[in-house]
Amino acid sequence: MNDKVLKILNEIRPEFDFSEPVDNFHEAGMLDSFDIVTLVTSLDEEFGISIEGVDILPENFSSIKSIVKLLAKYIQK
Amino acid sequence: MDLKFSNKKITGILTILPEREVSFEDEMHNYNFSNAKSLKLKSALGLNKRRIVEEGVCSSDLCIRGLAYLFETNKLQKEDIDAIILVTQSPDYIMPPTSNVIQGYFGLKHDMICLDINQGCAGYIVGLNQAFMMLDQEAINKVVLLNADVLSPKVSKKDRNSNPLIGDAAAITIIEKSTQETEVFCNIKMNGKGALVLQIPAGGSRLPSSPETAILYEDASGNFRSKDNLVMKGDEVFNFVQVEVPPLIESLLIKASVKKEDVDYYMFHQPNRFMLHKVADKIGVDRDKMPSNVVENFGNSSGVTIPVAITYNLGSKLIDEKFKICLSGFGVGLTWASMLLEIGPLDFCEIIEY
Repeated sequence: MNDKVLKILNEIRPEFDFSEPVDNFHEAGMLDSFDIVTLVTSLDEEFGISIEGVDILPENFSSIKSIVKLLAKYIQK
Repeated sequence: MDLKFSNKKITGILTILPEREVSFEDEMHNYNFSNAKSLKLKSALGLNKRRIVEEGVCSSDLCIRGLAYLFETNKLQKEDIDAIILVTQSPDYIMPPTSNVIQGYFGLKHDMICLDINQGCAGYIVGLNQAFMMLDQEAINKVVLLNADVLSPKVSKKDRNSNPLIGDAAAITIIEKSTQETEVFCNIKMNGKGALVLQIPAGGSRLPSSPETAILYEDASGNFRSKDNLVMKGDEVFNFVQVEVPPLIESLLIKASVKKEDVDYYMFHQPNRFMLHKVADKIGVDRDKMPSNVVENFGNSSGVTIPVAITYNLGSKLIDEKFKICLSGFGVGLTWASMLLEIGPLDFCEIIEY
């Protein structure tokens, strides 16, 4: 799952290396709110889920770990 | 706050759209992002083309075009108008009220009320509420609700967060007393703590426009705008809508004792397709019942998007048929409101161009 997430992130912002350890993608300027919209659309399609609007918060997309944690919640449903 | 109105009805809706159309691709070069990134956003949000006015066209011009059309086609008689309510964030002047300017243009009777209301994305429901309250007066039988916003001149062309979304439009809705027993359910909420989440910082008394407020600055995301431009905290607005709107609709339907599947259409404010799809999924209604095609065809015209959605998606159907429709507007203020009512058959339901 990590690899798929990483691939999507690199497609959205190819100028950054998301595999490098970063505390917070949002605070580091690697993902803005509109990138998150694109990311959610891609994750919904890739994993066949619909991430709820209330979960579309910057903190849920701050790192690969937080994104995978969010995805796990939907994939387990 | 829950509100309820009886024996009132909408009898006609007219949308006025600027003839000028611009496409996302036409403006993409203005943004400080790669074309590939901008096109991804276009796809995710459902952006395509939008209608904006030519330089110098004001809210009143769109309203006057629409009213003149209704008078010329005998769909509305001047002497029947007892009140004009104009909901806009882009008045012609700081003073006088633009509704008075429109009244004066047509030489309407003096024995009437003209009222401007400053409201944004929930402006259609706020305006309808005001019209219904006026119609409780014996002297008032017909109210003309004007929703108009010309915000494109207030948006930086280099702001990818706002510019590709914004459209200009006006709508005219006629509201009258009804001899038939009708019920309209409404709920409305406001939170001024979030008032500056969506704003135009300069141009009012707090920060008058000046050469300094016109200077462009770059935000953390690479957008350029000045303090004279519209700015929104997109993530906060998004989260506010997702948290507040679904329970608002649920509460409205419970008050009205109506099941969500018995509502024919959910005609909501149109911020973008992505946001509406997430709201529809959360409420648990079919996305086909909640049209989300206004931004991609015309742009987000703030308080005008609900009548645009109705006239574009239902149009002539509403001349012959009646539908149970749930309306909802949310945004500037912060304000969020919903309304459940039956609409149709109408005397007119159409779109014209300016």
